[in-house]
Amino acid sequence: MDKVLKKEVISILVDNQAGVLGRVVSLFGRRGFNIDSLTVSATNDAEISRITIVFNGTEQALHQILTQTEKLEVVRDIFTLDAGNSLYRELLLVKIKCDKNDRSALREIIEIYRAKIIDLSKDSMIVELTGAPEKLDGFMDMVTCYDVAEVCRTGITGIERGIQQKGR
Amino acid sequence: MKVTGSQLVAEILLEHGVDTVFGYPGGTALNLYDVLYEYRDKIKHVLTAHEQGAAHAADGYYRATGRTGVVFATSGPGATNLVTGIATAFMDSIPMIAITANVPDSLIGRDAFQEICITGVTLPITKHSFFVNRIEDLENAIRQAFRIANSGRKGPVLIDITKDVTAATIDYKKGKPLPLREKPEAKDEEVAEIAEMINQAERPVIYFGGGVAASDAGDELNQLLEKADIPATYTLMAAGILGYENKRNLGLIGMHGSIAANRAVDRADLLIALGCRFSDRVALNPNKFARKAKKVQVDIDKSEINKNVLVDKSVISDVKDFLQKLLPLITKKDHAEWVAQSTEWKKKTGDVKCQDAELHPSEIVTAVCDLTDKETIYVTDVGQHQMWAAQYLMHDRTKDFITSGGLGTMGFGYGAAIGAQIGCPEKRVIHFTGDGSFHMNLNEACTAVSENLPIITIIMNNRVLGMVYQWQTSFYGRRYSATTPGRKTDFPKLAEAFGAKGFSASTPTEFEDVFKKALQEKGPVWIDCAIAAEERVLPMIPGGGTVEDMIIG
Repeated sequence: MDKVLKKEVISILVDNQAGVLGRVVSLFGRRGFNIDSLTVSATNDAEISRITIVFNGTEQALHQILTQTEKLEVVRDIFTLDAGNSLYRELLLVKIKCDKNDRSALREIIEIYRAKIIDLSKDSMIVELTGAPEKLDGFMDMVTCYDVAEVCRTGITGIERGIQQKGR
Repeated sequence: MKVTGSQLVAEILLEHGVDTVFGYPGGTALNLYDVLYEYRDKIKHVLTAHEQGAAHAADGYYRATGRTGVVFATSGPGATNLVTGIATAFMDSIPMIAITANVPDSLIGRDAFQEICITGVTLPITKHSFFVNRIEDLENAIRQAFRIANSGRKGPVLIDITKDVTAATIDYKKGKPLPLREKPEAKDEEVAEIAEMINQAERPVIYFGGGVAASDAGDELNQLLEKADIPATYTLMAAGILGYENKRNLGLIGMHGSIAANRAVDRADLLIALGCRFSDRVALNPNKFARKAKKVQVDIDKSEINKNVLVDKSVISDVKDFLQKLLPLITKKDHAEWVAQSTEWKKKTGDVKCQDAELHPSEIVTAVCDLTDKETIYVTDVGQHQMWAAQYLMHDRTKDFITSGGLGTMGFGYGAAIGAQIGCPEKRVIHFTGDGSFHMNLNEACTAVSENLPIITIIMNNRVLGMVYQWQTSFYGRRYSATTPGRKTDFPKLAEAFGAKGFSASTPTEFEDVFKKALQEKGPVWIDCAIAAEERVLPMIPGGGTVEDMIIG
């Protein structure tokens, strides 16, 4: 069997009603689908929400996650995003312990990454950064030599370019 | 007209042609049951001893009649008692509507008396579920439930209704059932490609399952077998579709399948899988299953393709629709040598006799087969007796073998037999069980007595939990952990205590004699059949094995 792992971003359009996320998550849990991240967001249609999943697995596992999820009554549509033609964004909040000695060096990194300091105190700062997941990874790599107190990442959300609209 | 939520339930059930429901009343279900009293001339309610029995009855009712079974239960324990019955239906793709009452909406989420979030509990075992706490949503929920349960790959749907909704009133206008969803259709070129593969094959084998029964494709399948001269093997869910005498019938496949079937699949150059899912009891070693064959899979459920075994070609379609498109493209063929070879293997599947026992399982099943007419429905519980019934019954119709395949539910049999007998009063229901399975749900005898159902229960009594005992004998050095309970249950006496009739038999002559007597009875009968604990289900391929690991005797 094909054992090559592939990273895919899956977009699921679901009915916006109580218990929907529970149904999707319960399915992933019981079928043993391992996912890297999951975000739920509103769409321009009040009746529909979008779940964006980053999935890392074999072609066969991807087929399973798509076809099993599609069977849920609450799922209107499910599709993988075309990697070369899609934009992905993620939001990062990170709290770094720092005193006046570290501050200017950190500000330099923050500026290069076009991040923002959204809170500052005598001994810590909170930085906000939005961007492609790789950019967030790069930023995190740069600040690990400082004392990182807390990290919060939203998981990615993504959309395809062009006016052709996927999903019903 | 103005109706209450409970009346709305009854009206919509009637719209869907439901005239029988199974269930058990309770506090939150009082309004629903009050309406069942009001509608008692139109809807028959069958009260069981336990909600699990009611769920299995609704399941057996569908399997025997093809009409969707409906089960009612109250909140809390009433609802949780349905779980095994719903899961059994889910694993075997049986449509079922489970209607549960819950506490009033004002008490939801407060751990009220007998409050359970049954939609949460049943999330993994229902095709879909509805929690209805607004009367405006009730009508659509019930209509959708029937549609979802019966569209595509079938399955159970649960509707949980808060008690206040069962009493609230709303306007109702008579309507019609929603049309089923459109079935996926095979493309002409896909069908042509597969026809070509079949026409080219030298050693083709058909392996089919519950999908053939669900789509009622027995006739088309038989035509294909004959036209293309292909031998066929089946899963437990499709027993009875091929006539036993059919020379192309290789018998059951898999763990307890026939030597013929497993060998043929192992040697085939083309495997055509129709409405089946390569389960671990069939493709015991998924990497070596039908290793020499190109594999073609036809299923209505896309997610079954490449789930357990990778196939070379697949079609998403109802089996019947597919076969109807395929048949005209098949060239008449003669695989005489291949079929003869398969038949030769078939002969090697001899009856397995155990010297110590006086009454053998194969003799019991064969005698039942000989003494009953063609209209008989056979229901089984789960365990050794189930496999013996599947192996030795010489039956030949789609709906006459009712068994719990996927979930393997001990205790399924009596409830299912009750449902089947209620649904088919003109037929005779024979219920095969073991002393282990029967102890789980024999309380439903009171239901069979109340309803005066002439179900004949054949208890293959080896006084051990036979299937596990067999594994312990073969693979655990005869360490009989928790399989020799030392029970002293006197089944004939117990039958009499319930108000049923009880017999016992310990030789083939005795069995034949009491079985003939049982056939004369108008109410439920139990026959306690003494068999040896050493009887094994053979052949057997251990889990993960291949045809080479087959234990024959």
